[in-house]
Amino acid sequence: MTARSFSRRHLLAGAGALSLAALPSGRARAAGALTVGFIYVGPKDDYGYNQAHAQAAKALKGMPGLEVIEEERVPETNAVEKTMESMINLDGATLLFPTSFGYYSPYLLTQAKKNPKIQFRHCGGLWTEKDPKNAGSYFGYIAQGQYLNGIVAAHASKSKKIGFVGAKPIPQVLNNINAFLLGAQSVEPSITCQVIFTGEWSLAVKEAEATNALIDGGADVITCHVDSPKVVVETASRRGAFVCGYHVDQSPLAPQKYLTGAEWNWLPIYEDFIAAMQAGKGPQNFVRGGLADGYVKMSPYGPGVSEVARKNADAVKAEMMKGGYAIIKGPLKDNTGKEILAAGTAYPEKAAELESTRYLVAGVKGSV
Amino acid sequence: MVAEAALSELSAAPARPSRGLQVRAWLARRSEAVAIPVAAAVTGFLLFGIFLAAQGKSPVQLAELVWRGGFGSAFALGNSLQRAAPLLFAALCVALPARLGLVVIGGEGAIVLGGLAAAAAAQPLAILPAPLAIPLMACAALLAGAVWIGAVGWLQAYRGVNATISSLLLSYIAIAIATHLIEGPLRDPTSLNKPSTLPVGEAFMLGPMPGLGVHWGLGCGVIACLVAYVLMDRTTLGFAARMAGGNVRAAQIQGLPVGRLIVGFTALGGAFAALAGFFEVAAVQGTANGTLAAGYGYTGILVAFLARQNPIAIVPVAFLLGGIEASSGLIQRRMQLPDATVLVLEGLLFLVVLASETLYGRFKLFSPHLWAAKRETAPTPTPSVTA
Repeated sequence: MTARSFSRRHLLAGAGALSLAALPSGRARAAGALTVGFIYVGPKDDYGYNQAHAQAAKALKGMPGLEVIEEERVPETNAVEKTMESMINLDGATLLFPTSFGYYSPYLLTQAKKNPKIQFRHCGGLWTEKDPKNAGSYFGYIAQGQYLNGIVAAHASKSKKIGFVGAKPIPQVLNNINAFLLGAQSVEPSITCQVIFTGEWSLAVKEAEATNALIDGGADVITCHVDSPKVVVETASRRGAFVCGYHVDQSPLAPQKYLTGAEWNWLPIYEDFIAAMQAGKGPQNFVRGGLADGYVKMSPYGPGVSEVARKNADAVKAEMMKGGYAIIKGPLKDNTGKEILAAGTAYPEKAAELESTRYLVAGVKGSV
Repeated sequence: MVAEAALSELSAAPARPSRGLQVRAWLARRSEAVAIPVAAAVTGFLLFGIFLAAQGKSPVQLAELVWRGGFGSAFALGNSLQRAAPLLFAALCVALPARLGLVVIGGEGAIVLGGLAAAAAAQPLAILPAPLAIPLMACAALLAGAVWIGAVGWLQAYRGVNATISSLLLSYIAIAIATHLIEGPLRDPTSLNKPSTLPVGEAFMLGPMPGLGVHWGLGCGVIACLVAYVLMDRTTLGFAARMAGGNVRAAQIQGLPVGRLIVGFTALGGAFAALAGFFEVAAVQGTANGTLAAGYGYTGILVAFLARQNPIAIVPVAFLLGGIEASSGLIQRRMQLPDATVLVLEGLLFLVVLASETLYGRFKLFSPHLWAAKRETAPTPTPSVTA
């Protein structure tokens, strides 16, 4: 420490450095290693959205020349800016993955402008050409997984009623609900899906109440789109209903009642970003993909899935693996009777219209 | 102290305590108010150290990380101050009603409604210049918070509804109303996957405080605490409020308008809390959305109780808790401890400080009588129990 000009700032910095030196387990960073920071909005072991990212982070930890740092339960407030700054300043991170949707604006954008040499990649589809070039987005077409969930659900359902616990009526959730029902209706056109919105991403009590209400209403296969499907999966299986998973594999929570699930697979995206960084290039700004790209995958089939159901789902999955699959295709009406698409038209997976979905398709009981 | 004691012994007049003795008595009283909370906080940290050691983690390392993450550098200090800012307002919403004997724990609702009111007011105010519009946005927030927590006071004073319960339930209602408005009538149609109100606009945003990099909520929060202190401890109005809090019956007999005092001071607390929401919108997010309910209202309860409902003490306590929260990230990353670690620490501190409330007046050391009395006659013998 050479303190030539002595100011208050230096004094503080010096105090910080001293306390760092005093650390018994001060970390020695390998020279030239790339440090990557992951930021999660909830706990890493939530059997849900955050765990999907944390699993990928864990898989990365063995990679040579790479250091992975993580921080969980960071709220979508200016606290996340401080977490980003802290990872950059104290840990030397040069690639950051703030994974929660609400981190993007204004927090990630502010930090990206402030730190032009640091790369920020955000989970979601928010990045546009107007945004800083050292920022970017990645996301997966997971509605494909919910469509396959629906196929398997329809085969397992005896009451021909299935249920969906949703967090908020926003486009991403609505797409999943629509895909779940349309998948089911591709097997059994008379099937209906009741949806209950809890209003928030993580509300365990309401999620349990919603699951119970769906089952009381006659639904015998349940799926969901909340941050942590743990409560929904456990409640449904305890009540004897089948469940389809979301975000990650929840089969350990309900080994007998778990049919299959729509899972994220973020690892290939992260590996690509890191490979680009290690090659000295900036990682891509906008990455999207579905089953065909390996960004979305299905949980292994559970014991409740019949042979017919497996064959049916596998056949559709093979179609999806070719790319460009359209779940939303005409003729299609919403559940108020309004036409969404005329016969012969379709929204394939990459269609921009799917980013602003405001409807529930005919057969879904519930309102936006 | 020793020299002073000798001096005052020499000059002690038998009739009334000398000036030196009075000062000592005053000091004794004041040092009790400082020593007990500090001792409680130290006990809390020690208990937490035992908890950590039981987990096989080093409490020393944790202490160093708390220092480094919360206080040890310019960045760490900025981080702590930023987190302290909303806590100042949230704690006032607990501390002011507490002096009237009300435990209000629903400040979160006032914060959310304050933020929403400020964001909603920004739209019709867009025609005005910023220096005029921003204070009006703040007024909208103040009004929303005052009405909401003032209603808690009114329910208590005129309908006998317990303020603790009504404020908590009202905060759920406030958040539900805000969610409805943000996702419904007030929603910015372009905010697809994160429902928010229309942005207030760059021109209506408050910049950081010069030289600190922390938004103006911090400066205003400290001023609010000072104002609240002067009001509570240095005005007749505050004295009346404290009297009503000490003994309602006595206050009524004195002719104090107890009901109006309760409504007024709860409304003021709510107005302060709403300012936290205002700054969240006008200095941080630029719009009102679901993240207004970030839990500041609940951490504010902890701050107010640690500060023993003293508005001045809120400032250092909020800074301390801000620092602990700021260091939480570093603790996670360096010690591989879950985020809940910091919550355990905060919970322990809260419990120990609450438990320490029973200790006031139990230590002879702090007794003003001991210090004000003459040395020769000082220690009153312990009353012997006779059957």
